[in-house]
Amino acid sequence: MSKSKTKIINVDYLARVEGEGSLYLKIKNDKVEDIKFKIFEPPRFFEAFLRERHYSEAPDITARICGICPIAYQMGAVHAMENALGVSLDDDLRDLRRLIYCGEWIESHVLHVYMLHAPDFLGYQDAIQMAKDHPDVVNDGLRLKKIGNEIVTLLGGREIHPINVKVGGFYKLPSKSDFHSLLENLRWARTAAHNMIKLTASLEFPKFEQDYEFVALRHPDEYPFNEGRLVSNRGLDIDVTDFEKHFEEEQVEHSTSLHCKLKERGKYKVGPLARYSLNFDKFSPEVQKAAKDAGLKEECYNPFKSILVRSVETLHAVNEAIRIIENYKEPKKPGIEINPKESVGYGCTEAPRGICYHRYNLDSNGLITDANIVPPTSQNQGSIESDLRELIPLIINLPDDEITWKCEQAIRNYDPCISCSCHFLKVTIDRG
Amino acid sequence: MPLNTPSKPKLAVWKFASCDGCQLSLLDCEDALLAIADNIQIASFPEASRAVLRGPYEISLVEGSITSEHDAERIHKIRRLSKTLITIGACATSGGIQALKNFKDVNDFVNIVYAKPEYISSLKNSTPIADHVKVDFELRGCPINKDALVEVCNAYLNRRKPNIPTYSVCMECKRRGNICVMTSKGIPCLGPVTHAGCDAICPAYNRGCYSCFGPSEDPNVKALSNQFEKMGMSKDELIRLYRGINANAEEFKNESIFHEQK
Repeated sequence: MSKSKTKIINVDYLARVEGEGSLYLKIKNDKVEDIKFKIFEPPRFFEAFLRERHYSEAPDITARICGICPIAYQMGAVHAMENALGVSLDDDLRDLRRLIYCGEWIESHVLHVYMLHAPDFLGYQDAIQMAKDHPDVVNDGLRLKKIGNEIVTLLGGREIHPINVKVGGFYKLPSKSDFHSLLENLRWARTAAHNMIKLTASLEFPKFEQDYEFVALRHPDEYPFNEGRLVSNRGLDIDVTDFEKHFEEEQVEHSTSLHCKLKERGKYKVGPLARYSLNFDKFSPEVQKAAKDAGLKEECYNPFKSILVRSVETLHAVNEAIRIIENYKEPKKPGIEINPKESVGYGCTEAPRGICYHRYNLDSNGLITDANIVPPTSQNQGSIESDLRELIPLIINLPDDEITWKCEQAIRNYDPCISCSCHFLKVTIDRG
Repeated sequence: MPLNTPSKPKLAVWKFASCDGCQLSLLDCEDALLAIADNIQIASFPEASRAVLRGPYEISLVEGSITSEHDAERIHKIRRLSKTLITIGACATSGGIQALKNFKDVNDFVNIVYAKPEYISSLKNSTPIADHVKVDFELRGCPINKDALVEVCNAYLNRRKPNIPTYSVCMECKRRGNICVMTSKGIPCLGPVTHAGCDAICPAYNRGCYSCFGPSEDPNVKALSNQFEKMGMSKDELIRLYRGINANAEEFKNESIFHEQK
C-alpha cells in the first residue's frame, strides 16, 4: 500500500462572487476528508435593527442587505407587510411589480452569466480579459445587462437600491410614453437572449447530475416571481405562511451564515435549476422551444448547466417585460391606503438566486416587533458543499490549480450572494 | 507584462461590511467599462476577477465599514499599499446602515440573530474608514452614483480636484424642476440637510429624501427639526428619520441623540 498522502487546498478569497467567502479542502488518499465553504463576511444584524422600525421603512432598509438583488428584498418586504395588513394589489400594480423584478432578473442573470461565470467555462480570469478575444460577446452582455438596469431605473428611480417601491404600491407611476425607448431596447434584448441561450448551450458541461430536492414557488398561471405555493420534487406543497414549520436555520461553526434545512429531509436546493425544473410548463412555447433546442430537458439536475438555465430565464424575463409594457395602462392610483394593526405577515419571492423568505410581526402602531429573513444563499450552502464532495473524486488527478479552479466554478454555479447570506447567520472559522 | 508596454495605473477594490452595491456600480458602468479597463489596470477586484496583481496601487476604492478587529487591522495594510485611498458609499463614509447597532447593546443584537452567540465576534460600533486611516476622498451615497465614481478616479489619475458638489439635495431638486414635497404636500424631507449626488430622485418620485448621501456641508439640522416638529412629527418619528442609512454621521447622530434625551 502506498504511503498516505494528504493535500490541503485553500482558496482564501473566492473571486467573482458577491461577498466574502473562502474554501477549505482536505484530501487524504484521493478522498475528500473535509470541505468547508466558509463565509467570513462580517454580520450586519438586519433582523435586529428592523425591530422598532415602522413597517413602511422595511423596503428601504432590507434593500441594503444586497446591492445585487435589492428588488428581491423590497418585494419580500412589501408582500409580507401587505399580507400582515390584509391588503392586496390590483392586477395593474401587481404587473408593475413583476416588471421591476424582470429588470432585476435580467441584470443579475446577465451579470453572472457573462461577467462572473462564462470566464470559467472559456478559461479566462475575468470578463475584461475575455473581451479581448470575444469583444462582441462581452459587449452584447453589457448591453443586455444595461437593459435590465434600465427597467429597474425607470420604475425604481435608480438601478441599485431603488426608491419607488412601497408597501401598498409605488410612490409614482410611469406613463405609457415613458416606456417607448425601453420597449425598442427590449425587442433587441429578445434576440440577444436567444443568442445568449445558443452561446451558453455551446459551452462544455461536465457530466454531473445530482440527486437534488428542488424547492421553488409555483403559481397556477405564471412562472413564479412574487407569489405561489412552496413546492418540491419530493412532495412538499405548502403555503408560504407555513415556511417556518417545515424549514429551520442552523448555525454552524465554520460560517457566519446560517444553514437552512428542511426539517424532515435536510438539505435542498433553490434557484434557477429548482425553479426551472418545477415550473417548466409555465414557460411560453417560445421559451420552452429555445430550452429544448439548447439541449435541456424539462428538468435539469446538472448544476454546471445553471448558466444555460439562467439564459433561458433571461429570455423569459425579457418576454414578460415586453408583455407587461405592451399591455400597460396607467393605474388610477399609485398605491392603496393602509391602516396599521397588530399582525404577522409572510412573504416569499423568487430572487434571482432562489426563494427569499420574510416574516414580520407588527404592533398596533405598525412598528416591527420581530423579523425573520431567509436569503437564498444560506439555503444553498448544504448543496454547495455536497456538490464539492461529489465533484472532487472526479477531478482528483488534475493539478492542484485546476482542482481549485473547478471547485470555484462549482461554487459559482450557485451565483452565491454571500453579502446576503451573512446578514443572518454568522459563519465562524473553526480553529478547534 | 512585456517590458516595452507602458504601465497603466493600478486600481484595487476592497470590501468591508457592506452590501456590494457600490463596487457593483463599477460593473454597472456598462458603456464605459471596457474603456476604463483600457486605461487602468484593474489589479485587484475579487468581485470581478480571479487575477490579483500585487500592490502598491495608484488608487484603492474601499467599500464598507469597520465592524471587526480583523478588519480594523486589514484597513491599515490597505492604506500602506495605496497611493490614493477613496472610500465609496455610506458604509465606508459614515458606518452605513449597520451603524444602527451603535445605538444599542451589540450583545442584544447578536442574541437576536444567532442561536450560538459565542461564535460571533463583532466590534461594538460600525465605524467609517476615516476613523481608522487617512482617507483622500470620500464619495458619498447609498449607493454611490457611477458617473461620480468615474469622475473621482479620473480626477485623481489626472491630478486634479474631483468635481463633486457638496451643497444640498435642494439645489438638485430645484434644478430638476421638482415641486418641493415638503412645502406642497407636507411630506418630511431630509433634502435641505443632505449632500447632493443622487439628482434628487426621491422628491422626483413624490417622496421625501431619506438621506442616502448623508449630511451636506454645514447642514442646519436644528432648523429642519424645528420645521418637522411644527409639521406634527413625533419624537420617535424624528429619531427614526435621522437614524437611517447615515445614522452615525456626526450631525445626524448628535441630532437623534439630542431628541432621544430631550
